[in-house]
Amino acid sequence: MKKFQNIGKGNGVAIAFGAILIGLWELIAILDWIPPFILPSPISVFHTLLETFPIMFEHIKITVLEAGIGFLIAVFLSAGLGILVDWVPLLKKAIYPIIMISQTIPIVTLAPLFAMWFGYGYLPKILVVILVCFFPIAVSFIEGLASVDKELLNLLRSMGANPFQIYRMVKIPAALPQLFSGLKIAGTYSIMGAVIGEWIGGKEGLGVYMLRVRHSFSIDKVFATIVIITLCSIFVVKFIHIIENKLMPWTKELPNQNEGEIS
Amino acid sequence: MSFYRNNPLNSSPNKVQVLQVKKFFGDLCVLDGISLELKENQFVSVLGPSGCGKSTLFNIIAGLLKPDEGTILIEGENYIGKTGRVSYMYQKDLLLPWKTVLDNVSIPLVLKGMSKKESRKEASQYLPLFGLENFAQSYPFQLSGGMRQRAALLRTYLFSNDIMLLDEPFGGLDAITKRKMHYWLLGLLEKLHASILFITHDIDEAIFLSDKIYVLSQRPAQVKAAFDVHIPRPRDAQSFVRDDFNRLKEKILNIL
Repeated sequence: MKKFQNIGKGNGVAIAFGAILIGLWELIAILDWIPPFILPSPISVFHTLLETFPIMFEHIKITVLEAGIGFLIAVFLSAGLGILVDWVPLLKKAIYPIIMISQTIPIVTLAPLFAMWFGYGYLPKILVVILVCFFPIAVSFIEGLASVDKELLNLLRSMGANPFQIYRMVKIPAALPQLFSGLKIAGTYSIMGAVIGEWIGGKEGLGVYMLRVRHSFSIDKVFATIVIITLCSIFVVKFIHIIENKLMPWTKELPNQNEGEIS
Repeated sequence: MSFYRNNPLNSSPNKVQVLQVKKFFGDLCVLDGISLELKENQFVSVLGPSGCGKSTLFNIIAGLLKPDEGTILIEGENYIGKTGRVSYMYQKDLLLPWKTVLDNVSIPLVLKGMSKKESRKEASQYLPLFGLENFAQSYPFQLSGGMRQRAALLRTYLFSNDIMLLDEPFGGLDAITKRKMHYWLLGLLEKLHASILFITHDIDEAIFLSDKIYVLSQRPAQVKAAFDVHIPRPRDAQSFVRDDFNRLKEKILNIL
């Protein structure tokens, strides 16, 4: 509980500081240092957000759906690949370096290609999401599986555990903390991936909406969309965090976590 | 009446025999012809300086490593490179952080094919004996070091209760907890029938617990001497100040 309070205090300072920054921004708008068609005031952005929310809501649904489907597919793909690569060392030697190198490819640059191949429907957006989510999840899961204490594995094997039991009882639970840090990174990417996919072309979604309001020079609406996209990403991460706490009760309220059980 | 007799049971059948075991890691000779015996219901310690290869010897007996020469006989049968016959425990408790104490100690039973429910029921019978009855639903991180070692020992016991290898199981504990664990372990062994091979570099610990002590040399390890410990059981704090305790300690100190 003490730890929780500490986090609360830490957040309190951050929230206060954020409020000061927004206040300064508002002040700049009130004093008219920067014209509102370049930088609208936070209050007007908030008003626009409330006004346009019913219209945006349809687009939010589409974007979150694309991000969610892509994210889930990426989770299944990387879980499968992670276990396969961990099971077969030769496969790991062959595939893992390629995965690491391919992480340096800016996936978003592939979005136009997907649009050319697969048109303007949901598929190319979901593909972008899968690709941006896949690597952080796969890498963190593979690292997590490899980080399990060898002596622990020896002990369970000597007690007669078969590979299936080793994965279920030891390796997968041991990899969960690292897996979830990858999932949280992928979670923020997922919304971004969907929006970028929509920029390339489409009929619905926050990315499409954003381009549309940009063309009509409604900068307050562009800002409102950015706020919504940010909030979506935050919710996704928060959601993953809640699942993490549900799945891993043993990591909650640890007084001294680093006593070397898993490391 | 104490189950452990005052004299080592030299007439008892052999549980574990290590015969002329040699082990090399590359060009480095770690074990140079080690021979030792563990008889039924005996507590035998292997005492030696850190890094002399005690743990290597244990891993060979446990079947995790293969010796380059020599044989491991368990109840007269060759057990080179075969795991699963004896249970072993390290200084690290190796409890699974994501399982409760009860589920952790039930693991060997589950792996033997018992259902989860059955194995929990079976394992929970032993919790009071190991002082863990109030911690069945706790996670390992909520336990003290001594309790975690007791949980690890219970898991070891539930896997194979006739031969247990203990590799410095109390090495990570503070002196006071360690002493308490010694008393507790001796009391426990009055009730359980087990043959125990115990690794340590703590002379007091070895004398206090054992029926027999093998003293190993620096690497490459050889058996420098073997002592029968005749201190009567049950042993208690008085045992530490007995003349024969101190004489034996002096002998061992002179060798090491």
